[in-house]
Amino acid sequence: MIRFVQYSVGLLLVATLWVGGTPHSAQAQTMDDTPRAFLLFHKLEYVPGPAERPVELEATSWIGGDINRLWLRGEGEASTIRREGDVEAEALYGRLVSPFFDAVAGARVDRRWGDGGDTRGFLAVGLQGLAPYQFEVEPTLYVSHEGDVSAQFAASYHVLFTQRLKLESELETKVALQEVPEWGVGTGVNDLGLGVRLRYEFHRKVAPYVGYDHSWAFGETADFAGGDASSGAFVFGVRLWR
Amino acid sequence: MPTDDASPESPPAAPSWTESPADEAAPAPLNRRDFLRSTGAFAVLMGAQTLLPTWAHASGSAPAGGLTALGPTRRAGRRVEYDITIDRTPFEVAGKRATAITMNGTVPGPLIRLQEGEEVVLRYHNALDEETSIHWHGLLLPNRFDGVPQVNYPGVPPGETFEAGPFEVRQYGTYWYHSHSGLQEQLGHYGPLVIDPAEGTPFEYDREHVVVLSDWAHDDPYQILANLKKGEHYYNFQQQTVGEFWSDVSEEGFWDTLKNRLGWDRMRMSATDLSAVRAPTYTYLLNGQAPGANWTGLFTPGERVRLRVINASAASIFDVRVPGLEMDVVQVSGQNVEPVATDEFRIGTAERYDVIVEPTDDRAYTVFAESLDRSGYARGTLAPREGMDGPVPELRERPTLTMAAMGMGGMGEGDMEDMKQGGMDGMSERDHGDMDHGDRSGDMSGSMGGGDGDGLRPPGTLPEPVMHDPDETHGPAEAGLPMMTQSRLHEPGIGLGDDGWRVLTYDQLKAADEKDAFRAPDREIELHLTGNMERFMWGLNGVEFSDADPIRVEHDERVRLTMVNDTMMNHPMHLHGQFMELENGHGERAPLLDTITVKPAERVSLLIDGHEKGPWFFHCHILYHMDAGMARVFYVEPAPESDNEFYYDQVT
Repeated sequence: MIRFVQYSVGLLLVATLWVGGTPHSAQAQTMDDTPRAFLLFHKLEYVPGPAERPVELEATSWIGGDINRLWLRGEGEASTIRREGDVEAEALYGRLVSPFFDAVAGARVDRRWGDGGDTRGFLAVGLQGLAPYQFEVEPTLYVSHEGDVSAQFAASYHVLFTQRLKLESELETKVALQEVPEWGVGTGVNDLGLGVRLRYEFHRKVAPYVGYDHSWAFGETADFAGGDASSGAFVFGVRLWR
Repeated sequence: MPTDDASPESPPAAPSWTESPADEAAPAPLNRRDFLRSTGAFAVLMGAQTLLPTWAHASGSAPAGGLTALGPTRRAGRRVEYDITIDRTPFEVAGKRATAITMNGTVPGPLIRLQEGEEVVLRYHNALDEETSIHWHGLLLPNRFDGVPQVNYPGVPPGETFEAGPFEVRQYGTYWYHSHSGLQEQLGHYGPLVIDPAEGTPFEYDREHVVVLSDWAHDDPYQILANLKKGEHYYNFQQQTVGEFWSDVSEEGFWDTLKNRLGWDRMRMSATDLSAVRAPTYTYLLNGQAPGANWTGLFTPGERVRLRVINASAASIFDVRVPGLEMDVVQVSGQNVEPVATDEFRIGTAERYDVIVEPTDDRAYTVFAESLDRSGYARGTLAPREGMDGPVPELRERPTLTMAAMGMGGMGEGDMEDMKQGGMDGMSERDHGDMDHGDRSGDMSGSMGGGDGDGLRPPGTLPEPVMHDPDETHGPAEAGLPMMTQSRLHEPGIGLGDDGWRVLTYDQLKAADEKDAFRAPDREIELHLTGNMERFMWGLNGVEFSDADPIRVEHDERVRLTMVNDTMMNHPMHLHGQFMELENGHGERAPLLDTITVKPAERVSLLIDGHEKGPWFFHCHILYHMDAGMARVFYVEPAPESDNEFYYDQVT
């Protein structure tokens, strides 16, 4: 938990330093080459159901212009009961290659603490953007520092009930070519996660939500997990950005 | 006291000069104006501005506040000098206090009234703690006075003073002035400017009111731009929801509604992408007054009242009407047109329309300026006495973009074959142009060359429809090319035309003044207005201002500027320092404009004579589009032997 807080605070500090530098210049005739910074806490939530009662975080940040950007993507969870948790953090160079898609490439670091704390690194390449019919998609290919190859696909979709009440559905799945038992990864399709979050945008940048996540683990991955191959939980959180 | 200047009759009732020769008629109104101007100057000397801050005007308690007139600092013979101080001043909008960037303490800035033929000096003092500038919108003047930092001059640093002038006033009409520094315009840095003609007007009126429309945001405009850049349809609280889906189903049936929604979703576009910023972020103002404050202009029943309507907003397009009164449109962009009777007109950002109304009843009439997206309105009243209210219309329903905005459909059934035919013709013509002639300017991928004007259609005619070549994209800076672009000058625009009353269209405008010459263009320049709403990227030919080279035109070269709007939004495009002749099918009666609102998927052409030498700014007048890059320098080269030197050449 303490580590989780440290990582979160670290991410916040870095992002705030960037965002704080937003220039207020009345000098340039246009501001089309002004670098900007964005930070979105897509998920900042408490999950009361499971035994670990984790808090979870998922954040995206970028700095740069319209075409070239440095992207930071991170997610993690930490138990509120025991000193354990994990974080995945990515730093990627992204370039807008079509009106709706960035190609990204960079590195990812996974770190977990508690029993059997460990760290591993990856190279990452992928795409992120808006597919036809307004699906946000994010396919990424990873090669770990030990040569293990895996891929991850995430997609999300928004439905507007009102101008402020929005339902976001998402899907996430992972595939691996090699098994990595120490990280609970089997070959083939690892898992599938589906989630819905109903948020209310009191302010565009501050939106509390309730949601439900369900995930299924498959094959060896399910065996490594040892417990139920399927689990679901309600989540309570807030979506923030600046 | 400034309140004297702010009387509802300011500017003073103008007599009709049609009957009398100019040299006899001119002195009388000048004398009266001089009196008002000197009282204004006196008030400034007395420090009255600090005793009566601007928000007192805007509170609604002051009788019909609004515009103040600017008195000349000096007048000697033909030469007249004006002084403006730019500062921050408390400003109250609809009961909420803020700080505005003001000129001589007011929003809008004072009404400057010039006389055609006189020599003026417009001097401005920067009392801000940041750089500022004043651009004189629509005025013909030497390039160094035009007021665009980095293009015409370095801008005016804090504490310093700049003199625009002396220069001779070479035109008449309704204009305005505003900052071209950062986003100061959004903070109140704008004001009206009227030039009385040397030779009278071809129409009669008994009284006039200047009507300045604008938009006020309590949010920091730099934050607004940042929010727009970061997306999420930040200021759009008019998006299509599940509820609207089902209400459309009950009106149009399930499949048609689903097909419509899927069509937009497939393109990853929003059918409600009408304005960058809207109410409730914006409060729309009329002469600096929120709707509740009810600016009132007086009339005597039976009088012909001229309304000089100026859209001084940062990023709003208004639809203006005076329910119960017909409007005679007599001037557009400050230039006389043959009067057109209408009931409503759309006024793009920075445009001006002068209309004459003739209220005969002893009652109040509402001047109603609805924002294009129908999120709000600015409103004032024409009344025989103070303190009256006319009926205020309901806001109409927020329109949604149709496939016409993507250059699909929108034409009448059965036109399909014609359209294809025209499209193919247009395309082959363009291919021809591309093949034969080189490209003169670096970034204009879509432009046609052609020094001799061979193969260009006759001047004053409408452009042919053109199918968009799907291979000719503008890269990631352009989301969603229209299939076909065509003239839309006969269309009133989105959300207009179905109310059972007349709406002005550009094709109705005919210049009232004879032109010295009306010859064929030497060359055509095609510019595509491009954008990617997902990233709030705006540019021309897919290139943003800071990455672009100037558009270069030779001295005295006559070019046809063809603008093709590849986006789904309206763009009021403004060229500084000269008029453009709109080719709207009336031949040499082509109306003169300095700003034209280009509709989605529209192809429009204008003729420009390269008479005004120097680098002129050319841009979309929606402030946030301009700042996102929808701008160029339009450089009219001086004659080869001239020794003209321009600031722009020193900094680039």
